[in-house]
Amino acid sequence: MIPAHWAAQGPGVGLNWNLVQDLRQLFEFHFMVNAFRAGTVVAVAAGLLGWFMVLRAQSFAGHTLAVAGFPGAAGATLVGLNPAWGFFAFCGAGAAIIAAVPRARAGTQGAGFSEESAAIGTVQAVALALGFLFVSLYHGFLNGINALLFGTFLGITDAQVGVLVAVAAVIVLALAIGGRQLLFASVDPDVAEARGVPVVALGVAFLLLLGFAAAEASQITGSLLVFALLVIPAATAQRLTARPAASIALSVVIAVAVTWLGLAAAYYSSYPIGFFVTTFGFAAYTLAQIATHRAGGRQA
Amino acid sequence: MNLRSVAADPTAATTAPTAELVDATASLGGRTVWSGVNLTVEPGEFVAVIGPNGAGKSTLVKVLLGLLPLAGGEARVLGRPPGEASDRIGYLPQRRSFDPGLRVRGVDVVRLGLDGDRWGVPLPGLGRIRRRRGEDDRRVDEVLRLVGATGYAQRPVGRVSGGEQQRLLIAQALVRRPALMLLDEPLDSLDLPNQAAVAALISSICRDQGVTVMLVAHDVNPILSSLDRVVYVAGGGAVAGTPHDVIRSDILSRLYGTPIEVLTTSDGRLVIVGHPEAPARNCDRHRQQG
Ligand SMILES: Nc1ncnc2c1ncn2[C@@H]1O[C@H](COP(=O)(O)OP(=O)(O)O)[C@@H](O)[C@H]1O
Ligand SMILES: [Mg+2]
Repeated sequence: MIPAHWAAQGPGVGLNWNLVQDLRQLFEFHFMVNAFRAGTVVAVAAGLLGWFMVLRAQSFAGHTLAVAGFPGAAGATLVGLNPAWGFFAFCGAGAAIIAAVPRARAGTQGAGFSEESAAIGTVQAVALALGFLFVSLYHGFLNGINALLFGTFLGITDAQVGVLVAVAAVIVLALAIGGRQLLFASVDPDVAEARGVPVVALGVAFLLLLGFAAAEASQITGSLLVFALLVIPAATAQRLTARPAASIALSVVIAVAVTWLGLAAAYYSSYPIGFFVTTFGFAAYTLAQIATHRAGGRQA
Repeated sequence: MNLRSVAADPTAATTAPTAELVDATASLGGRTVWSGVNLTVEPGEFVAVIGPNGAGKSTLVKVLLGLLPLAGGEARVLGRPPGEASDRIGYLPQRRSFDPGLRVRGVDVVRLGLDGDRWGVPLPGLGRIRRRRGEDDRRVDEVLRLVGATGYAQRPVGRVSGGEQQRLLIAQALVRRPALMLLDEPLDSLDLPNQAAVAALISSICRDQGVTVMLVAHDVNPILSSLDRVVYVAGGGAVAGTPHDVIRSDILSRLYGTPIEVLTTSDGRLVIVGHPEAPARNCDRHRQQG
């Protein structure tokens, strides 16, 4: 439950110099505990899949999947369902549509790329238009639209956390089983195919998982700021190291860290969580850029 | 090193050809690329596949890999139908360079050649997996040393030069101790000194490791002295022969449709002059930079 005074006037809590007390305050309310649970789960999923997305240069597809969640959530609200189901349904459907477009292979960029990005861009435009339609059909929804687009951490129920955990578990399990083949198929599709790796099927499966990860992240950062969790931690990690295992781990750590910091900052202030998560991510990315630039960009 | 004993398959009869095409036809998108092709590659041979752009050289490689089924005729590779022996074939696709932004090290690319098709992630701490990892690490180090890539294998692969990438890719193709290496234009887009160095590396791998090598090339000059056999793909067919049989002015000129001279140097080496498709002018390869 969200305490009434908090919902009405913003946090009735203040930051002071006693860190222990601050932390205790942070977890005083069950809704905040749930926010940390959900945020952590979402950050792990986004950090993992975001890493492969950046490696495969599919950020545009990832962003489009995130935007596809917006009409889903708005439509679900319109028909009286939990927005979470709308996020999952529409992100999944968006992934299926994008997967049906022939993907440009690493060896044949140039040729296939424009067709692919045109299709993805179309999906994104349609998604935004639909979302707008659903919002205008549902009068009095104007408060909710902010949460859908820019994120919220209020009112996450135990059941919602359960769904987030289940979906994240599927993502982690799938990567544990097929992650190495996906890495091979992403870095070197021609050789992987000749070795019998199911390159096309992996690409489709990856997009579907990415859709689910985007749906998860949307529920914390909102549809428009999913990049904060999907791209920024992965891009920062890949700047800092070119060792795949270390880089993946770092991507997850950064995603979790910016989520925790964002939640804490949003709790102690009256500004939205999406802003804080994005800002902390951006700071990490900028620091990584500066650090590696200083190091001459030759690090491994 | 004990590579030779591992590379040679003890179960295969010594007389069985490494690759064999009988009256083979390949078609792409309903169009016949080549037909009536007969070809035998013996174990340990160094074979060049040459021919003009679009003649079907890469198609030949894909047929041998089992990526493209024959439209007619028969093919056997390492004693089995194509595609069934893919774990004993090292493949270097015709390609451009890696994306400069790709944040994966050269050593990782080589390692994927070894274990990239395995399921699961290696969990640290399990004894059997740790032992396997140790063996894998040693094998990767070994091939990196063999191709002379140790010095830059820790750098992001998109950030090393074209010649260095080619060496890493040869290491990747070699890391599983293949019986056959199919190299599609590995010398392409390299400058002349690098072409000579990489060509020398490939022919030494062929000789020292007992690996059969089929190498698609635009310019055979760098490898001419070490070739056992040349396969010409042109005009909807292919012929094979020894370099001295088929590297002749009349045949090459007909093949490429432009005058080409073959000279014999004082020490008996062949040199092709006026080759129509020097790598620098071969335009279908540099698209990706755009
Ligand atoms: N997917 C495809 N569908 C139809 N035709 C193709 C396809 N891929 C290649 N081709 C054509 O098949 C011919 C042989 O191609 P390829 O084997 O790549 O030639 P090479 O490697 O000798 O330059 C070319 O004319 C090419 O245009
Ligand atoms: Mg070719």
